[in-house]
Amino acid sequence: MTGAEILIECLKREGVQVMFGYPGGSVLPLFDKLYDADIKFILTRHEQGAAHAADGYARATGKVGVCLATSGPGATNLTTGIANAYMDSIPMVAITGQVKTFLIGNDAFQEADVTGITRPITKHNYLVKDVKDLARIVREAFYIASTGRPGPVLIDIPVDVQQKDIEFIWPEEVDIRGYKPTYFGHPGQIKKAVRLIAESKKPLIYAGGGTITSGAYNKLRELAEKIQAPVTMTLMGLGGFPGTHELSLGMLGMHGTAYANHAIMESDLIIAVAARFDDRVTGRLDAFAPHAKIIHIDIDPASISKNVKVDIPIVGDAKNILGQLLEEIKKVPDTSDWRKTIESWKKKHPLQYKDDAKIKPQYVIEQIYEATGGEAIITTEVGQNQMWACQWYKYIHPRTFISSGGLGTMGFGFPAAIGAKMGCPEKIVFDIAGDGSIQMNIQELATCISNKINVKVAILNNGYLGMVRQWQELFYKKRYSYTCITGPDFVKLAESYGALGLRATKKEEVRPAIEKALSADNTVFIDFHIEPEEDVFPMVPAGEAINRMIGGMA
Amino acid sequence: MRHTISVLVENKFGVLARIAGLFSARGYNIASLAVSETLDPAVSYMTMVVEAEDEKILEQIKKQLNKLIDVITVTDFTKKEHIDRELILIKVKYSAKKKTKLEGILNKYVAKIIQHKGDVAIIEAVDEQEKIKQLLADLDRFGIKELVRTGRIAMAY
Repeated sequence: MTGAEILIECLKREGVQVMFGYPGGSVLPLFDKLYDADIKFILTRHEQGAAHAADGYARATGKVGVCLATSGPGATNLTTGIANAYMDSIPMVAITGQVKTFLIGNDAFQEADVTGITRPITKHNYLVKDVKDLARIVREAFYIASTGRPGPVLIDIPVDVQQKDIEFIWPEEVDIRGYKPTYFGHPGQIKKAVRLIAESKKPLIYAGGGTITSGAYNKLRELAEKIQAPVTMTLMGLGGFPGTHELSLGMLGMHGTAYANHAIMESDLIIAVAARFDDRVTGRLDAFAPHAKIIHIDIDPASISKNVKVDIPIVGDAKNILGQLLEEIKKVPDTSDWRKTIESWKKKHPLQYKDDAKIKPQYVIEQIYEATGGEAIITTEVGQNQMWACQWYKYIHPRTFISSGGLGTMGFGFPAAIGAKMGCPEKIVFDIAGDGSIQMNIQELATCISNKINVKVAILNNGYLGMVRQWQELFYKKRYSYTCITGPDFVKLAESYGALGLRATKKEEVRPAIEKALSADNTVFIDFHIEPEEDVFPMVPAGEAINRMIGGMA
Repeated sequence: MRHTISVLVENKFGVLARIAGLFSARGYNIASLAVSETLDPAVSYMTMVVEAEDEKILEQIKKQLNKLIDVITVTDFTKKEHIDRELILIKVKYSAKKKTKLEGILNKYVAKIIQHKGDVAIIEAVDEQEKIKQLLADLDRFGIKELVRTGRIAMAY
């Protein structure tokens, strides 16, 4: 078999059904084999779109997302998407063509040192110099991408390696001596954690994206109910615990709920489940959780005590460890006073906005929530749209909220929605976008139409790069430096691609537009003309303690 | 504080770049680095010396080193009983009448003149860093023209 045939065969054996990408000179042998391969290939309109789509596919399904691009510019265009997947620990395999082996390092046409460029943004990467290694490398790449703390793995394959003929040998086993993730928590640490839980009066669970990755949803809910501890989630953790549950405090951090942030500051025991104490969560580090002991469950030892010193680290898979804890916990704490206090905070300081006759972005998201019964997959772009989507849509199931957490990549949501829809065709997929972000990967409309991928896009159109404008308003004396942005007529634009374009300029048009979008058998752009200078509140100013919120509790 | 860290790695292209990248990305300089094959030619042994102003960052780098797929083990010798050595070549000004004096100094160390030509001699010394520092101080008055050192290598029991 040729290298190209081996690659396709390996992808099939790894269970790849869909991949996203873009052809080019250095992947011609591969594309020739893809032409009759039994793998659905989605041709995007930009390689960045392919990487984000693979990422969205992975987030929605839990499977490894696969993207493919040519050498040089094709590969460099993938890099934002790879970095995005890396920051959010998303399993992805990115395949790039490379110039012929003897031309490498020669400044050949469309050459870039792709393994060099992607070294700090991949979990691992490979340059395949000998076709003999290809099958093993593909096998290892999928294994590394999907196990331990998942992440993107890149395979760079020179054209001549794709063409070379060799006998195909499928490596049944993967054995990498330097890579042995820990999956079960140390029993001694589990015992210590159980003791702390029993002694606590104000326990709080702080759940991150790893709860979703590890499939810990049921176990997390079991633990929270068993010890009657409220649960707050990071942006990545939304959907890891039902947002409708009475123990849910919603999201914490910079734009979290006031009661979640206050709970952190008052708690005497924080159980961090597969979260990494990101700066957007902790605010001022030395003021974070001053009264709390911290149990930190994480599969990545490097996440332990990276930002916040923890008392009981437990390295391993969140689902397993929660199971171990549940088995060991005999005595549960009495948290009734603690829950009463939090309940009163929730009543006094709920998330709120001033609803009036204008279209408020929060209102739009509430209406999308109602119209979809909380059952849609929501993707977001980055900025205000993203924060409102975190606050005003309640995520009931894991893998229903797909957003660029760590890297904060504008232009992520639309291609990610395409990937999510390919993975979950029976689901409604809604991208909550801003008029700035959507213009960053708007070319993917063509991908939607040509492949009949019916995603819905709600553009919260305020004519601004809203989040940056908000910071300029609050911290830069309203000097709106280059944040006033124009865009196309989104309705006409959608129509020109063959999609359905809708517009709502009045509040009473919001719900009908959403209903029409949901019933349309087409990709839909809805252009919501929202209140231009609406801000996201509450908000913790950068560098402040997380209970010092603008629009929070006094 | 200076840390001596050893890393056992897969002997493959790109591994050194991965390791160096973890330091450079955090603005950390590697003071010295020695790389060689081990008994198993598929495995390389790296010894590096790093200056860490912030122990927390170093701790993080060690954890990140461990996370690299091609890294097999990471050892920090700082709090471990170990032997370390460095080999150094020193070019000094030389003349026949200085020979005795020079040899008198060298005899105090694991050091010797390996060659002299015209008015220069090349000295080889193998010792731990503190001793090498002393040797250099002692040789200063002879006029050191050039020096090359391998960087520290270390071994624990």
